[in-house]
Parts: sequence; structure tokens; C-alpha cells
Amino acid sequence: MTDDKNKEIAHKVPQTKPRYSATFDEYTMSEIRRAAATGIYDIRGGGAKRKLPHFDDLLFLGASVSRYPLEGYREKCGTDVILGARFAKKPIHLKTVVTIAGMSFGALSGPAKEALGRGATAVGTSTTTGDGGMTPEERGQSKTLVYQYLPSRYGMNPDDLRKADAIELVIGQGAKPGGGGMLLGQKISARVAKMRCLPEGIDQRSSCRHPDWTGPDDLEIKIAEIREITDWEKPIYVKIGATRPYFDVALAVKAGADVVVLDGMQGGTAATQEVFIEHVGLPILAAIRPAVKALQDLGVYRNGKNSVQLIVSGGIRNGADVAKAIALGADAVAIGTAALIALGDNDPHLEDEYNKLGTTAGAYDDWHEGKDPAGITTQDPELMKRVDPVKAGHRLANYVAVMTMEAQVIARACGKSHLHNLEPEDLVALTLEASAMAQVPLAGTSWIPGVTKI
Amino acid sequence: METLKYDLDVTPLREVNQFLHGDASGLNGKAIVIDNPNGAHNIAVGLKAELEVTIKGHAGYYAAGMNQIAKVTIEGSAGSGVAENMMSGHVHVKGFASNAAGATANGGLLVIDGDAGLRCAIALKGADVVVGGSVGSFSAFMAQAGNFVILGDAGEGLGDSIYEAKIFVRGKVKSLGADCEEKTTSAEDRKILADLLVKSGHADVNPDSFQQYGSARTLYHFHVDNAGAY
Repeated sequence: MTDDKNKEIAHKVPQTKPRYSATFDEYTMSEIRRAAATGIYDIRGGGAKRKLPHFDDLLFLGASVSRYPLEGYREKCGTDVILGARFAKKPIHLKTVVTIAGMSFGALSGPAKEALGRGATAVGTSTTTGDGGMTPEERGQSKTLVYQYLPSRYGMNPDDLRKADAIELVIGQGAKPGGGGMLLGQKISARVAKMRCLPEGIDQRSSCRHPDWTGPDDLEIKIAEIREITDWEKPIYVKIGATRPYFDVALAVKAGADVVVLDGMQGGTAATQEVFIEHVGLPILAAIRPAVKALQDLGVYRNGKNSVQLIVSGGIRNGADVAKAIALGADAVAIGTAALIALGDNDPHLEDEYNKLGTTAGAYDDWHEGKDPAGITTQDPELMKRVDPVKAGHRLANYVAVMTMEAQVIARACGKSHLHNLEPEDLVALTLEASAMAQVPLAGTSWIPGVTKI
Repeated sequence: METLKYDLDVTPLREVNQFLHGDASGLNGKAIVIDNPNGAHNIAVGLKAELEVTIKGHAGYYAAGMNQIAKVTIEGSAGSGVAENMMSGHVHVKGFASNAAGATANGGLLVIDGDAGLRCAIALKGADVVVGGSVGSFSAFMAQAGNFVILGDAGEGLGDSIYEAKIFVRGKVKSLGADCEEKTTSAEDRKILADLLVKSGHADVNPDSFQQYGSARTLYHFHVDNAGAY
């Protein structure tokens, strides 16, 4: 047959549309090509990007005939929280249940850390250090500063421990439960290197286990040591990534934690392997109820002075998420990624610069490369000048205030005079998955998969 | 020097530590003796004054943890994490030390007369550690800075993923960890070693009888060719 004949047949036979595989989708194929070209796994920042059962899959019922609402603008609806009253002489009292999660100087620029401190202080909440120690800028601008005590102990100094308002003993984080920190050479500037006692410009691999204790029995002694050194003044938090929340929370409480911080897989990191971020750990929705159950079983859930508070994090974005987390039993929440966005991370006005880095505003996650056009996740002295700590801190304060007010709107609609009066009974789920994970009924039914006896 | 005595059979540890954390002006130059430690954990942690503490027996975990300036002597053996994260000062264990002795210590001198357990000087950040006996496996893991002197032998995986710390071993090393290699001792390093031997009560030991180890620095940057080394 001639070529003309072939073309004619091709024209007449209906063709199927080009079809991508659901299994080998475009992203998957690009990842295979990237791996084949480089021979090393993909490293990025942020938390899990896949679609997960989340707070969006829950709804509040609100008040009606059977429940009595509060006046939206007039009647009091408390938002404060006390953390660490169990053993500490100086518990933390915050005006809002929204706190700022641990993010390191090193991962973030000095001005970004300062902005977090300023914003948090303006709205009466706490901010948290990270791997690499406490900077004077951060301490100076943060009324309430939580000092992280991490496996690497980079920059760990007893003077800073005594300067902190609370101490957070970090066992893991949601983005990478079972993994240590990572900070690549581009961000190990002279100042970061000095604080961490590392050679400048190396690729830092933080340890994933604490150097001087193993297991829950040792943890109890470690917590006692920190209490002794700080003369029992400061609350001691224990932070865990969401994996086996019931057992991990129970062991943390038995070891003496005043507060448990529970981070779901949507919680961000400065840098880790993509495969770790997307495939290890639980979404926060699945972790809150088992954690609360552990506190209840040990008699430390909202039990006066003998209470251990639960702070949850990982994908908290707005007042509805805050209210839902609290209704499921958390005492407070922590924001990290959302706080960075409020400071100016991934902002559309920098689109041209994100394009130059091969990405687009909203998707930029190569924070480990230190080239952040927003000046937040970088140690480049020129780029970091783009963060005005006063203005960025103001934006963060606005954002946290909005989240708090939004949570109040929902709480009042449910007839609650304090955010902490929200309860699982106020919620229903839109999907079977969310219903099972949050242990609230599927909307319009009285059915909770895994709980209701058939 | 004024000497004060505490008996842990009588006085709660909390009270003793609280006293030891008092204002430096009231503590400087004092000598404190702690009787009947009986392996209690967290004895003399977080000191920050120029005082001398003598623990008359065995101590539990984290004895002299996070020490600053003070001199602490443990006449018996010490549990895990003795002098962990020490910043300065001097801690002397006359007996043996358990795991993670001197972990992450930033400064000061830790002297152990006997053997030390696993992970001695793990993640060392600048302190000097001298062990009169042998050390267990995985010692000096990820050690970042400081000097680590072992008069006896070392177990498996010595100096795994080590950064810039210096290790001197007189006896045998069972195996070296990833990226740790033998080094030639420079005149400057020989002086560091000789000084530490004098300071730790081993002036009679010849510095030339040690082999030095340190980082090969091949794992300082992620590279596909190093994947098998971890």
C-alpha cells in the first residue's frame, strides 16, 4: 500500500484518545526519569502532598432546636489554653490555642525566625526553636519560646535551656517519623555551621535517635534530668510523629511529659526524601482520637491539675481546622507550613522567580537548595533581606487572629463558651474514611465504621 | 576550702540539686560531698558555678549532665550519659562508665579511669574525653569536634560518620565505622594528646604509643557513589 492509502485508513478508523496510566501517571514517570538520570533519591521540603482524609471531610452540626447557640459578636467564647500545669512551677498560658511549630534557624533565615517570634508574641501565643539552637533574635522577639531538645543536640546549651519558657523533647515529626534532620551544604552558612559545630558547607545528616537514651524507661530519666536542671520550673513537651499514637502518647505520659505534641504526615520539614514524606506516618485525622483515648485511659485528660495537654499539627490551615482538631480532643494546635505562607512563602508575586527555578508559586518545595525567592527558607544574605521581620510578623499575627476568630464563630454556633467545650458530638463525617478515622458518624447516619456494632 | 556534706539517704536529691544551682557568688570555691548516692540518677546535673562536688559511690544516669565550670568527681562508677552535653569544667569517674559517656559534650574534660560502654563520646561537640580502659562499640559516632583518648581498646564501628573530632587509641580497634580512617599524628596533635595525658593523670604514658583516627571526609556531601558506605 502506498503512504496515501495508509493515511486514508488512519483517517477513517476512529482513534482512541491518548491515555495516561493511572498507575504510571505524569508525575510518576517524571520521577522515574529523574531517578534514572541522577542515581539519588529526591529530596524536598514540606509535608505530604498527596490527597488525604482530612478536616475537610468533617462538618460541624451547629445549634438548632436541640442545642442553643451563643450570640456571634457579644457572648464570650474563650480561646486561651494552659499548658504544662502537671509538674511545672511555671506553666504556659496562651491567649489562643494556635501555636507556632518548631522550625530551625538554619532551615529558616534569621529574619524569618524573628518574624515568627514577633507574630506569635503579638497574638499572645508561643513559637518554637528547631534543630540548631536558639538565636538571640528569636529569644528577644518571642515572649513565649519553646526550646526543642533534639537527637542531634545541635546548638544545645544549658543556658538556653534555662532561658526557654518550655522544653520540647523531640522524638519525631510527622513528615518523617523515624528519621533525622537534614540540612544540605547550601544552607550551612558560617553562622549555621558555628552554631551546630559542623564544617561549613557540608551536607548535614542529623541523627534519628537520641544519643544518650533508648526506650521509654530511659526517656523517663531524661525528662527527670531536664526537670532537675531547670529546677522543675518549665513544662516539658514530648513531640512525636503520628505512627502508633495510642501507645506513643501513653508512653510519653508515663515518662512524665506535661504536654504531648502530635504531628501528622501533612506536617512539613525543611528537607527529607520525598519517599519518606509521602509514605511513612499517619494523617493527623487518624491520630487524634487514639491519642486522646490514651490520655483518658491514664486519667490525665482534662483532669484539673493532673492533666496532660495534647497539641496537634500537620495540615492546620484555618479556623475550621482549629475547631475540628479541638473538637476531636486536642487542647491546642501548631502551625508551620501555614505560618510560612503567611510570612510570604510561595507568594504569587514572585512567580517569575519561581519559574526560573523550574517551578511555580504554590508548588515550590526545594527549600533545601537555599534559593527561596521569598527569603524564608534560605541562608543567602541577599535573599533573606526580602523578609521584613516587622511586616511579616504582622501578617502572621493577622492570620493567627483570623484563625482564632473563625474557630470562635464555629464554637459559638455550636453553643460553646470556650473552644475547649467543642466535642466529637458536634461533628459528622462526609466520607467513610473520615468517619472511621475521626470516630464521628457518617453524616445523616448514626454509623461509625469500626465503632458501631453491626 | 569550705566543705558541705549531703547524705542522699537523708536529703532528697531535688533539694541537693536546687542548692547546687544557687547563685554562683554563694557557691564559688565550695566543696560539696554527696554521701550514699546509691546509683541515683541525675546527681549534680546542670551545675554552673566554680565548685567541687565529690560523689562518694556509684551514680546513675546523667551524673554531672550539662556541666558548666564545676569539677565533679564520682568515686564509684557512673551510669549512662555521664557528663552528657558538658559545656566546660571537669568530670572524673574513678570507676567504670556505662553507655554514652560524654555524649554531645561541647567543652571541658571527662576522665574515666576504668572502661566505658557503648557509644562513648557519641556526637562529641568539642570536649576532651580520656578513657583509661577500653570503650565499647560505636564510640565517637558522628563525633563533630573535640579529642577522644582511649588507653585501652575500642569496639566495633569506631568513629562511624565522624566529622572533625580526633580519636587516639593505644590498644586495638575491632573495626572502624564508615568514613573513619587512620591518621598520621602531627606535632600539633601530639601536643594535644600529651597535654590530655598529663591532665588526666596518665603523665607516664608515651604519646607515641597511640594511633590517631579521624574523618576521611568522603561522606561530607551526598553522592550516589557513597550510597554503599552507609
